[in-house]
Amino acid sequence: MNNRCLTSLLLCFAVLFSGCSSAPKEPNTITVWHWMTDRHDALVKLAEQYRLETGITVNFQLFAPSDIYSQKVIAAAQARILPDIFGVLDKKSVFADFIKSGFVANLKPVFDENNGEWEKSLFEKALESSRFSADNSYGVAEGIYAVPLDVTNIQMVYNKKFLEKAGVANPPETFEEFLKASEALNKIGVAPFVSGWAELWLVDCFALNYAFNIMGMDKIMATYRGDVPYTDPDWIKVFEIFKIMADNNILASGVVTKSNKLAEQDFALERAAFAFNGSWCVNVYKGMNPDLEYGVMFPPKISDAYPLMIWGGAGGSFVVNETSPLKDKAILFLKWLTSKEQQVVLSEETRNLPSNRNALAELPKELAEFGLGMDEVTHSAFWPLEEDALVKEKFTKGLQSIMIGERTPQEVAEDVQTVKARQMERAIRRAQ
Amino acid sequence: MSKLHFKRRSWYEFRDKLTSFLFILPAVTIFAVFYIYPFFETFNLSLRAWNGINLSRPFVGVQNFSDILSLTASSPAAGASWWQAILHWLKALLTGGLSFNADSVWWQSVWHAFYITLVALIFQNALAFMLAMACDRDIRGKNFYRLIFFIPPVLSEVVVGLVWKWILEGGMQNGQHYGVLNYFLNTVGLQHLVNDWLSDPKTALTCIAVVHSWKGFGWGFVMFLAGLQTIDRELYEAAKVDGAGSWRMFWNMTVPMMLPVIVVVVILTILGSMQAFVLVLSMTDGGPGYHTEVPVTIILRAMTRTKEYGYACAMGVTFGAVLIAMSVALKKMESRMKKV
Repeated sequence: MNNRCLTSLLLCFAVLFSGCSSAPKEPNTITVWHWMTDRHDALVKLAEQYRLETGITVNFQLFAPSDIYSQKVIAAAQARILPDIFGVLDKKSVFADFIKSGFVANLKPVFDENNGEWEKSLFEKALESSRFSADNSYGVAEGIYAVPLDVTNIQMVYNKKFLEKAGVANPPETFEEFLKASEALNKIGVAPFVSGWAELWLVDCFALNYAFNIMGMDKIMATYRGDVPYTDPDWIKVFEIFKIMADNNILASGVVTKSNKLAEQDFALERAAFAFNGSWCVNVYKGMNPDLEYGVMFPPKISDAYPLMIWGGAGGSFVVNETSPLKDKAILFLKWLTSKEQQVVLSEETRNLPSNRNALAELPKELAEFGLGMDEVTHSAFWPLEEDALVKEKFTKGLQSIMIGERTPQEVAEDVQTVKARQMERAIRRAQ
Repeated sequence: MSKLHFKRRSWYEFRDKLTSFLFILPAVTIFAVFYIYPFFETFNLSLRAWNGINLSRPFVGVQNFSDILSLTASSPAAGASWWQAILHWLKALLTGGLSFNADSVWWQSVWHAFYITLVALIFQNALAFMLAMACDRDIRGKNFYRLIFFIPPVLSEVVVGLVWKWILEGGMQNGQHYGVLNYFLNTVGLQHLVNDWLSDPKTALTCIAVVHSWKGFGWGFVMFLAGLQTIDRELYEAAKVDGAGSWRMFWNMTVPMMLPVIVVVVILTILGSMQAFVLVLSMTDGGPGYHTEVPVTIILRAMTRTKEYGYACAMGVTFGAVLIAMSVALKKMESRMKKV
């Protein structure tokens, strides 16, 4: 009996441990991990088309939401089990770490083929975030490391019906006009402005639009280097914008604890007249309220000193796993996916801006309006420096504190500068 | 006894032990792989500066812990080994070379967790105990109540958070409040109480604590009810014959006999409430400002947003130590109360 028990136990162990080994790799199946819920069906449809054309199966696996996806990719990198194609949803320094750790293939030689035909077909700004120049500060070899699936930018949208009702003839171009329009909207009982500012990245985008407008790129970079403090009068002006909006009752109720999804719902269900959102909203609003009449506008500028830049760049980008045995096939698939015909299908199905400039012709009106802003986009991935993440957090949390009337712009500026000084000191300490 | 017989008996004993060991081996393996190893790996990472991706994980000694405690001191000399670094910090600690900086989001978040725990201990457990006492009596439809009271704990925390967010919503559309609570307050003539509950720093944390208690009281209810049903009814009847009133029976009989259950419920409430974070993420995401941040959201953020895995692990270790200390203290308290 004991012998039988022992044998059964050993068999159990054998089965248990054999289950720990990785699944065998199909030679003609490319695995793609992505997070884009709204694009999944279209991608699966295109994958089927690709299988019929080439006999190669592309298995799109969706892991949403994006922060969970990011965790999965990082965990897979730690365990060395990344798929053939995946995306890195993080700042450029993290992307650089993936490259330096040998997880991402350099696609520059492929982009350079045929006199750079593939590269030229794509929006320059879409490739910018994955391009590393020869002298980059990240220590990455020169190259292009990702393929943009589509492009995006973040602007403001306005409800045409509400503006008309409030007697506002045109969407505001200056901040002063925006204040007047908001006053008129308040008079007719409509909340002027909504955005999902519980999500810190979104409030950061809005604030930096105005930082560009007030002080320009060089001063922002000087701040990141530590040469200009956050208590500088120009930064105070940026913080004051949020106080002005709070004091003038411009912000919809609960804006600081609202996720972007809920803010999108508020705008789509006509609870607010203006919203700050990305070009992906065209698809979202269509799903929530197909009859919504709205237009796209630049955030109203507050100064003439510098141009107001908006956030944008590649919407979703894919990288190829350097260690994948299907690396070449994966690259060919991405080349096919970003060609004009497939980009038109993707754009029609998902209402996202295509990364292939030749596919822009047949876009819906609102999307085309977003597309006009592509020349003014900027992104931290294009900049030579990044701000410390904790400083960014203090900055955006500070903006929330201003909006709820808890802190003044001056106090928040001092708080942020204190964290900045501490983080710089910490960085020096760690470097020693 | 012959030598051969002795050898055979030893072999049988060894084989019995081996069989027993093999039977517990799966459990030990799972425990070691999923509990012991992660614990040591977390502690190991807490002593390193790592962003979660890099292959190198430089050793920084107790630097992460000193950052959490907001203690500042001079760094150990460049190239110092780990034991030299620890010696350096110990020396700084003993010679007063450390200074404390009270401005720390981490400790603010720990206080928030304590606040949620305090509300849960008082509100959630008192409610659970009262309802369990009520259902323990022969009231009509007690099985229905048992079912109803156990619904909140089995609901998804994210769903509960989103539903309560909708209830506590502060916005208006066409002159009407679309948040359920504000709509109700407005309808019953309590307009002065209408508030943007989750965006107001004065009410946001309390709202989360109350929702957490609402969601969690069912567990306590079930445990208290099970405990109450083990008390022999004859004791109450005997006490009644002796002239004891309801209050006296509750205080001198029910409470002492329920003490082990109360301690378990209190420990579980403390551990559960201190680690609550899903409601925070779904209701406020830590905002407005830092007003609803709790330790787990700070740890999560250090991992996912600022990519400081080492720092996050150090926070996890510190927080774990706080929870263990609290549990041990409670167990000691229980032993003392039993003696009294």
